[in-house]
Amino acid sequence: MIGPGYGFALFADGGEDTGIWHQIFNFDNYGELLGLVQNSLLAGVLLGLVGGLVGVFVITRDLPFAVHGISELSFAGASAALLLGVNIVAGSIAGSLIAAGAIGVLGVRARDRNSVIGIIMPFGLGLGVLFLSLYKGRAANKFGILTGQIIAVSTPQTAWLLGTSVVVLIALALVWRPLTFASVDPEVAEARGVPVRALSLAFMLVLGLAVALCVQIVGALLVLALLVTPAAAAARVTASPLLLPVLSVVFALCAMEGGILLALGSTIPISPYVTTLAFLIYLGCRLATARRATRAPGPALGSPRGTVRTHT
Amino acid sequence: MGRAEVVFPLSPADRGASRSADPGAPVISLRDGVLAYGDRVLWRDLRLDVRPGEFLAVLGPNGSGKTSLLRVLLGRQQLTGGSLAVLGRPPGSGSRHIGYIPQQAFQPTHTLLRARDLVRLGLDGHCWGLPLARRTIRHRVDDLLDAVGAAAYADTPIGRLSGGEQQRVRIAQALATDPRILLCDEPLLSLDLQHQRTITELVAERRRSAGTAVVFVTHEINPVLGLVDRVLYLAQGGHRMGSPDEVMTSSTLSELYGTQVDVVRVGGRIVVVGEPNAGTGHPHDDGAEGGESQ
Repeated sequence: MIGPGYGFALFADGGEDTGIWHQIFNFDNYGELLGLVQNSLLAGVLLGLVGGLVGVFVITRDLPFAVHGISELSFAGASAALLLGVNIVAGSIAGSLIAAGAIGVLGVRARDRNSVIGIIMPFGLGLGVLFLSLYKGRAANKFGILTGQIIAVSTPQTAWLLGTSVVVLIALALVWRPLTFASVDPEVAEARGVPVRALSLAFMLVLGLAVALCVQIVGALLVLALLVTPAAAAARVTASPLLLPVLSVVFALCAMEGGILLALGSTIPISPYVTTLAFLIYLGCRLATARRATRAPGPALGSPRGTVRTHT
Repeated sequence: MGRAEVVFPLSPADRGASRSADPGAPVISLRDGVLAYGDRVLWRDLRLDVRPGEFLAVLGPNGSGKTSLLRVLLGRQQLTGGSLAVLGRPPGSGSRHIGYIPQQAFQPTHTLLRARDLVRLGLDGHCWGLPLARRTIRHRVDDLLDAVGAAAYADTPIGRLSGGEQQRVRIAQALATDPRILLCDEPLLSLDLQHQRTITELVAERRRSAGTAVVFVTHEINPVLGLVDRVLYLAQGGHRMGSPDEVMTSSTLSELYGTQVDVVRVGGRIVVVGEPNAGTGHPHDDGAEGGESQ
């Protein structure tokens, strides 16, 4: 465990000239630390892949609120597991899948879905608070479920992460095309025999697994930074069905791995680094497109309208 | 336009096999069709044969079951009674031979999909797996967009196109699988006259060049009056079918509505005056529309 204690010791040795910035950014003994977090870096790659790819459909299907709702029940599952002394990852996956299934079955229409999420979310959060209050173990464990703990990823935990990620990635690859069709053009997709309802439920379950994965690392409160922000940033700069997932994964990887590397020596949990990086990437993408739009007010937007060929 | 010569790249063998032996046999065959939501009957005793190359316009007030008829033909809505064969099979099983142009337009915020992506989804969006970039598919998409005059905005996000441009792309999407039946749900809604003409002309051209049967739901017959072979007029749980001259008369529509309706012909256009519950809503409309739009 190289968590807070070690970092704090480094800070204490560091002298007077440092202050709060040194607490946030501390690169003393960086090489040694790097060797200790290989598991975490691997977990970061998995999360970047899963978050970036699942995020594409979270955006196209307009599900950010569902992500938040699922993560609260995932939190409840994880804290129940903590209280009972069973596997926390399994607990958070169970919570996620129950929430995702409920949202998928009860919330077929967008309007129903949002109320279902609004009802499930506080219930999950309340359960989580209850379980954590009953738990008499280390406080850091409690805090970790909410705000993430990637620095402490253990080898058995990595195995769980790897297994779940592989399931998510294979499932996504299988349904990618019909899910795209069902997400962007449900009317015609249904007419062409695409099982729109079944795909919707299947995606909710995939989303549940992805949320449970992310909760392990960035914490229940900050899942959106991995499952929404990178894809939303990518959607600002491209509409290409190939470039969108690629950029989304690249952004998620940058936020995730960058966050781990920055958080390494400091006493602060990883989540603020990841969320800030993700936010900066989004901001950059927004500014880039805003500038493009003001400089050339139309080639992508208006020009074809004038030159419609009457072919007939 | 040469669209008929474009070779369908996915499985020509399958296409050849599914053409029935008799080229004039009906592609849609509905017998004693009944559709009801609860105790509200939309239509009953509907007997309908649509042959290759035929243009059937479906008219009627809101909530009369026009869209529901398309849903039945697509196999997305069960008949309450009667039997239906589409291309000689139960509805819903031959969906790749049916091109469908839905009513709904894309929101301006819908920018995650370019025109060419929408067309491509019509081509292979129903297949499992990842969308691999294949040159044959790209060429096919280009040809389809070119044929409807939409090549200029192939790479523009669909939500940023005007209504008329979106409908062109919709037609390209619907024609992607070289369908034998084209189902159109109010494709002219909220288009100006010029675009209405272009879109109907594209549909008509498809019918001429490939013998595709067209079922065209509309609340306004004039834009398609010159193309229509038969009119199916749905209202008040009943229906009338025949040529426009037979159906669009004061006596026929008055009988169907059970009240005096006047049909006037002005300069080659048909104007219907006095339809009950045309325009603003009828108490029943909400429920029926809700059922239709699910």
